[in-house]
Amino acid sequence: MSPLVAVEPEGLRCERGGFYIDPAGSVDVAVITHAHADHARIGSKRYVCSARSLEVLRARLGPDAVIEPREYEERFALGETTVSLHPAGHVLGSAQVRIEHDRAGVCVVSGDYKRDPDPTCDGFATVECDTFVTEATFALPVYRWRDPEAIVSELFDWWRSERAHPTLVFCYAFGKAQRILAHLASRTDEPVYIHGAMDKLTDAYRRSGVRLANTKTIPESSSPKDFAGSLVLCPPSAHRSPWMKRFKAPQTAFVSGWMAVRGQKTRRGYERGFVLSDHADWPSLVRTVEETKARTVLVTHGSSDALARYLREARSIDARPLGHLYEGDEGEG
Amino acid sequence: MKVFCALYRGLDDASGNNEKIALMREYFRSAPAHDAAWALYLLLDKKKSALSSGALRQRLIELTSMPEWLFEECRSHVGDTAETVALLLHMLPAAEADESLTSLSLHEWMEREIPSCPRDDAAAQREALGRFWRALDARDALVLNKVLTGAFRVGVSVGLVQRALAEALEVEGTRIQHALTGEWAPSAGLFDALRDARASLDVSKPYPFMLAHPLEADFAFEPGQWQVEYKWDGIRGQVVKRDGQVFLWSRGEELVSEAFPDLCEPLAKLPDGTVIDGEILAWDEEGKRPAPFAVLQTRLQRKKLTAAHLREAPAHVIAYDLIEWGGVDWRERPLTERVAQLEAIVREQALSALTVSERFEPKDREALEALRESARERGAEGVMLKDRASTYQPGRKRGLWWKHKREPMTVDAVLVFAQAGSGRRANLFTDYTFALWRGGELVTFAKAYSGLSDEELVELDKWIRKNTREKHGPVRVVEPAHVFELAFEGIAKSARHKSGLAVRFPRILRWRRDKPASEADTVERAEALLNL
Repeated sequence: MSPLVAVEPEGLRCERGGFYIDPAGSVDVAVITHAHADHARIGSKRYVCSARSLEVLRARLGPDAVIEPREYEERFALGETTVSLHPAGHVLGSAQVRIEHDRAGVCVVSGDYKRDPDPTCDGFATVECDTFVTEATFALPVYRWRDPEAIVSELFDWWRSERAHPTLVFCYAFGKAQRILAHLASRTDEPVYIHGAMDKLTDAYRRSGVRLANTKTIPESSSPKDFAGSLVLCPPSAHRSPWMKRFKAPQTAFVSGWMAVRGQKTRRGYERGFVLSDHADWPSLVRTVEETKARTVLVTHGSSDALARYLREARSIDARPLGHLYEGDEGEG
Repeated sequence: MKVFCALYRGLDDASGNNEKIALMREYFRSAPAHDAAWALYLLLDKKKSALSSGALRQRLIELTSMPEWLFEECRSHVGDTAETVALLLHMLPAAEADESLTSLSLHEWMEREIPSCPRDDAAAQREALGRFWRALDARDALVLNKVLTGAFRVGVSVGLVQRALAEALEVEGTRIQHALTGEWAPSAGLFDALRDARASLDVSKPYPFMLAHPLEADFAFEPGQWQVEYKWDGIRGQVVKRDGQVFLWSRGEELVSEAFPDLCEPLAKLPDGTVIDGEILAWDEEGKRPAPFAVLQTRLQRKKLTAAHLREAPAHVIAYDLIEWGGVDWRERPLTERVAQLEAIVREQALSALTVSERFEPKDREALEALRESARERGAEGVMLKDRASTYQPGRKRGLWWKHKREPMTVDAVLVFAQAGSGRRANLFTDYTFALWRGGELVTFAKAYSGLSDEELVELDKWIRKNTREKHGPVRVVEPAHVFELAFEGIAKSARHKSGLAVRFPRILRWRRDKPASEADTVERAEALLNL
């Protein structure tokens, strides 16, 4: 019996179900694990996503896209398969895709996931299966996250220690920005400036019922003193851009799992790095693979060779890399 | 120790020199004197490694039982062994932490705990490191590991540390510089001694070296203004003669007297209170020109020198300058006066092991360039231009001294292997091995790390990932497709290299996108450079 999913040029394909998961190209049926740009691309005829994902996916794909929301754990038929979506804990609405076929068994595609608590999304649900397709963005044991609350506290104190100049915190516009805002909600009433690229998605979070700190948009024209002591969230693409010139002598930080390694921080040129990731760290990856009780594990993204080899040699699990979908791309962290 | 670790992180995060100086100044002011002296010692990179990074790696692998290949994957991703080890400490099996270690001060760590970790006993190392690592969190363990392996780089220059210290102690910068040159011990009394301007300095103490900038493109040559001499390719050093003893210092502020008994003995004839700046060279057997740098290097690496070494590569000093005479600091006198006195001394003492650097008077820029090109046949690196009126100032002062090196030798070579870099290049394939053609085969020739722009590095990294033929551990064998022009300062025969050639200071000059691999240079073409 051939496996339920395989890598093809358009992306990860389930032939028996007649659909693709997070396709790169245009297909008939696209099951979307979450609304990050490299997973949810325009151009497919029909999209299936979690109901929690609807607002953000709509913001990403536009009003004309045909989107079919499904509740978590709701079972529905696609082709010869029965499919259901389960919380992945990555960002709002993120889902693992469970695919069941009466002869080929059960396969779960994790999408991106994490095990740490996150006030903006449902926590990861372990789904037992025969074949588990896991991400491996941070699949080296040097990556082990500390308590997110502690990291946000450090970030908060660092911001508060600078009252004369603005504090620029770089983070991904979807997911990380709102996670920081949600953590800040209980710490301050002071509005946080957000970059224009974050407006739509932040609204979508609020419409989905997630409690966030107060935010305000950056005015068209401003004088440097407007931002003294303010916290500004902005995407990494704004770093060292002309946009940044409106802030005078800001202190800068990047919030990402990549910041666990000093060389990464130095190379990217941020003063501070806060290690907060929406992906699973090494211990969580290994634990999750074991909890699914999968007999076959396919590893994709990032350090897939290392994780697969470790699972084979140290844990006696039949594991192998699943093609190289994104070799050379570090992905969002 | 905790306060010092916080200083390390502060320096690591600091964005500008002023912020770094302020952090260090505050630390030097507030830390207990004994700890502050140790911090100074570490910041100036005086501490020799207690352990090799290989030992650190091995002990971690044993203590965690993690597979060796997994460590290597992590190491090549992180780009630094001390940091990799710190990030992997969560894999240690749980055990009681030694509470007595957590509150120890820096000097207690440096004088008691770290020396208890022996260099050559694996079992004792394992015991000591296990105790250290469990007592610290990952961030402090990084600092400890850096201290242990003696690679304590945190992006502060010697000058910055000295400025911060001068500000903290409210002492003149030049005095701090002089007092901290050469060897000194990080004792509790150090800061008091530095504050006391009348305290005498150690007899072996050399002076901070004066250095030169590369000649700038718009330099206008005025013949009368400049003293011109060859720039020799040996070990820049100082000969210090005080209290009946000779001390030889390298520019890296290492005492190298023991490697040069054939210099120390004849130079003992110098009067006490003399300090000469010059170049230590290995002289070829005929005594006419310097031997290649590699010959000098073999002498430095030997623990014990044999009579054969002394005979085959006798050492010689070419003196450039006089810094101290009759026990008096001469640095404020003009160059012409210092050099005239230097010549008089050498004449009077009839020293054979030391000659004064020959001076030239090129009449115009063209003659200067001709002299520069003649450097190669004389075995020199190029020429130096020194303002005749210049005083002897520490560090690189723009406009007073210039170095004008001869053009490097170059070949076009093919990229064949790549490996991930270190530090800010971690996880990028930026350490390259290049090859030249011999018959129909590519033979590895040199490794080079520098010379490409950040954009080129990223582009090449992507290409390497897509065009890997084989992986051997961290090394990727790539398609032989890209040609690079490599520059180097010297070339010599070598039995240790596949091509039979070894080059000095290889670096990438440019990416030859216009050349296919088949048009890269041959080993024969590189061999022809041997005779230049």
